[in-house]
Amino acid sequence: MQQRLARGEAAALGELYDRFASLVHSLAHRVLDDGDAADRITREVFGYIWEHPDAYDPKQGSLRSWVAGITRQQAVQRLRQTEADSARDCGEDAPAPAEMERKIHEASTAARADYIVTSMPAPLRDALELAYFQRRDYRQTAADLGVTEDEARRRLRLGLQLLSTAHNHQALPAVPLSRTASLGARPARPSRAPYSPPGPGPGRPL
Amino acid sequence: MTGPDDWDGREHPGGHGERPRIPSPRPAAEDHGPLPDAPPLPPAPFAELVGDATTGLPHGLPEPDPAPDPGTAREPDPAPPHDVDPEYESDDDPVTDDRDPRRHPPLPAPGGAPPHKVLKSLLGAWALAACSPEETAAVEEHLTDCAACAEEALRLRDAVGLLHPADSLDLDPLLRSRVLEGCLGRRPARIPVPEWATPYDAETAKLDALLRDMGEAEWRAPVRLRWFDGERPVERETTVGGVIGHLMAVDGLVATALGLPDPLGAAAPPDTPSPRRRTEAYWHTAGEETGPLAVHDPWREQSQALIRTASFAGSGAAELNVPYGKFSLALRDSFLDRAFECWVHAGDIAEAVDYPYEPPASGHLHLLVDLAARLLPVALADRRRAGLAAPPQGLVAAGTPGRTLHLEVEGNGGGHWYIALDSPAALGSPEFTVAHIALDSDEFCQLAAGHISPEETAVGQDGEREAIRDVLFATAALSRL
Repeated sequence: MQQRLARGEAAALGELYDRFASLVHSLAHRVLDDGDAADRITREVFGYIWEHPDAYDPKQGSLRSWVAGITRQQAVQRLRQTEADSARDCGEDAPAPAEMERKIHEASTAARADYIVTSMPAPLRDALELAYFQRRDYRQTAADLGVTEDEARRRLRLGLQLLSTAHNHQALPAVPLSRTASLGARPARPSRAPYSPPGPGPGRPL
Repeated sequence: MTGPDDWDGREHPGGHGERPRIPSPRPAAEDHGPLPDAPPLPPAPFAELVGDATTGLPHGLPEPDPAPDPGTAREPDPAPPHDVDPEYESDDDPVTDDRDPRRHPPLPAPGGAPPHKVLKSLLGAWALAACSPEETAAVEEHLTDCAACAEEALRLRDAVGLLHPADSLDLDPLLRSRVLEGCLGRRPARIPVPEWATPYDAETAKLDALLRDMGEAEWRAPVRLRWFDGERPVERETTVGGVIGHLMAVDGLVATALGLPDPLGAAAPPDTPSPRRRTEAYWHTAGEETGPLAVHDPWREQSQALIRTASFAGSGAAELNVPYGKFSLALRDSFLDRAFECWVHAGDIAEAVDYPYEPPASGHLHLLVDLAARLLPVALADRRRAGLAAPPQGLVAAGTPGRTLHLEVEGNGGGHWYIALDSPAALGSPEFTVAHIALDSDEFCQLAAGHISPEETAVGQDGEREAIRDVLFATAALSRL
C-alpha cells in the first residue's frame, strides 16, 4: 500500500480512504464536536498522507495507529486554534488559558480513549460494552459471553486498565502539520511502546 | 489481492501460533498496533496487561469460542510471560481451581472477608457498577485499607468516564470524492483512475460501506429484484448475499475481459454467457443464502482489482470489447453499466434492510444517464426486430440526421439528449425533433432499472405518441437481471 501510494496510484488512495475514513472522521469529530470541522480534518489527513507517503515508518507501528495519531494531532491543533480565535474575540471575558488547556487536554484524551476502545481486543471491548452500555452485571456479562465469571471480571478490569492509559499522555506538541512541512513532526513515541511487538511476529494472517 | 495490511509489519517471521488469535471486527483490522505516541508503560501491572503485543492480546486471555459454551470456556494460557514480576503472575491465575462459578462463587459465605486477590479481581466490575451489593460493600471496605487497590480503583473509575457510545454518524458518501479530489489537487496521480471508472469506484465503495454496517442476520434478508423483460415487469426474490453474488458474477465479465480471474471459476458456463446465466450458475453453486464471509470480500476484492487494472491499462483500454452474451460494450461503457447496476442493487439492499441510501454524485449520475441515452437507439432497433416497436418511418443514410426524440432529464445529473429514432446509425438532431419528453433523473433511472413500468412513469410529453411510447419501453428494456 505504501509503495502504491508512493507510486501515485489513485486507486490506492481510494482504498486507503475506504479503510480509514470512518476512523479519521470519528476521532476528529470527538475532538472538535463539529461535523464540518471533522470533514476538513479528514481532507487534511488524507491530503497529508497522499502527499507524504514516505512519512509512515512501519517499524514504528501499524498504519492504523499512525493514521489515528496524525488525525488526533491535526484535530487538537485545530481545536487549539479555534479556542484561541474565540478567546481573542471574547477579549476580557475569555476563559483563562489554564481552562483552555484543560478543554484541549480533555478532548485529546477522549480521542485517545476512543481509539483505544476500537483497538483493544474484541473480547475486552465486548465485555465493556455489555457491562457499561447494556448495564449487565459481571455475572450476566459472563453468561452472555459464554465465559467464566473469573474471566468476565478479568476482562472488565483489563479493559478499563487499557482505557485508563488514555489519561497518561503528555500534551501534544504544537507542531504544524502543514502541507509543506515534512513529517518530522510524527507523534513522539517512547522507545518502548506498549503494544509494539517484543520480537518479530506477525499479527495475524490476512 | 494484498492490501494495506502489508504495511503493518505482520510479515515478520516467528511468533505466529504462539498465542490464540482473537478475531476482531473488520473495522479494527489493525488492532494490534501500538497506540500513537503512547505513553511509557508504568512498570506494572501493565507489563503483564499488555502481554503479547503481537496479537494485541493480553497474556492469558483465552480465545473466545465462536459458539461459546460456558461449560467449556478455555483456561487462560498458563504460560506466564517470562519478563513479568512473579508478584503479578498470580493475578491471572484462576481464583479457584475449579472454574465452575456456580460452585465457587467469588465471595465466601457472609461473614469472612474475601481475600485481597478476589477483591482486586473485582475492581473492574466495581468501577462499572457491575457487582452485587455485597461485593460492592466488600470492595469498598477493602479500599479503605489497601492503598494499591484504592489507587487502581480510582484509575479504573476515571477510565469508565472515558467510555463513550460509538458515533452512529454515517459518513457522507460525497465526502469521499471531495477528499480524493482534494488529495489529487495537492499531488496529481501518476496512475489516475480513468474518468469512466470513477462512478464504479464511488458506487462500489458506497455499497461496501453499507455492507460493513450490516449485521450478519441482515445478509439473509429477502431482496426483491425487479426488471422489465421486454413486455412486462418481472421480479425474483433473493437475499442480500444473493445480490452481492449476482454483482460479482456479472462484474466477472469485465474482469475476464481484462485478464483477471473469473470469480465463478470452474462453475462458469461455457462460451460467452449472459449476465443472467452467469448469475444463475453462481447461485446454483454457492447458494443464495450466502453469508458475508463467502461473498463480501471476494466481491470487494474483485471490484478493487477492476479499478486498479483499469487504472494501469489507462485510456488505451477504454474501447476494449467486453462481451455480455448477446451484446457487448466498450470497457468504458461496461464500467458505467456496472456502476449503474451497483447503485441500483445497493438501493434494493438498502430498501430491504431499511437503511438510507444516497444516489450517485451528480457528475457520475450524468455519465450513467448518458450511457442509457446512448444505448437507446440500439435498444429501439432490437425491439423493432422483435416486433415490439413500430417500424421506422423512413430510411436514413448512416451518419445523417433522422427523426429525433428530445430526451430532457431534469434534476441531479440531468441534461438534454437527442435520440435517433429510425436507426442506431442515424444521428439524433434538434432540427429533426418529432417528440419531446421531460422527466426527473431519478424517474428516468428507475425506469431504466426496470423498477417502474413505462406506463406508470411520470413524464411530460409532447409530439408523436408512438415514438414516445417506443422510447419509454426501450428504456425499461435496458434493464435485466
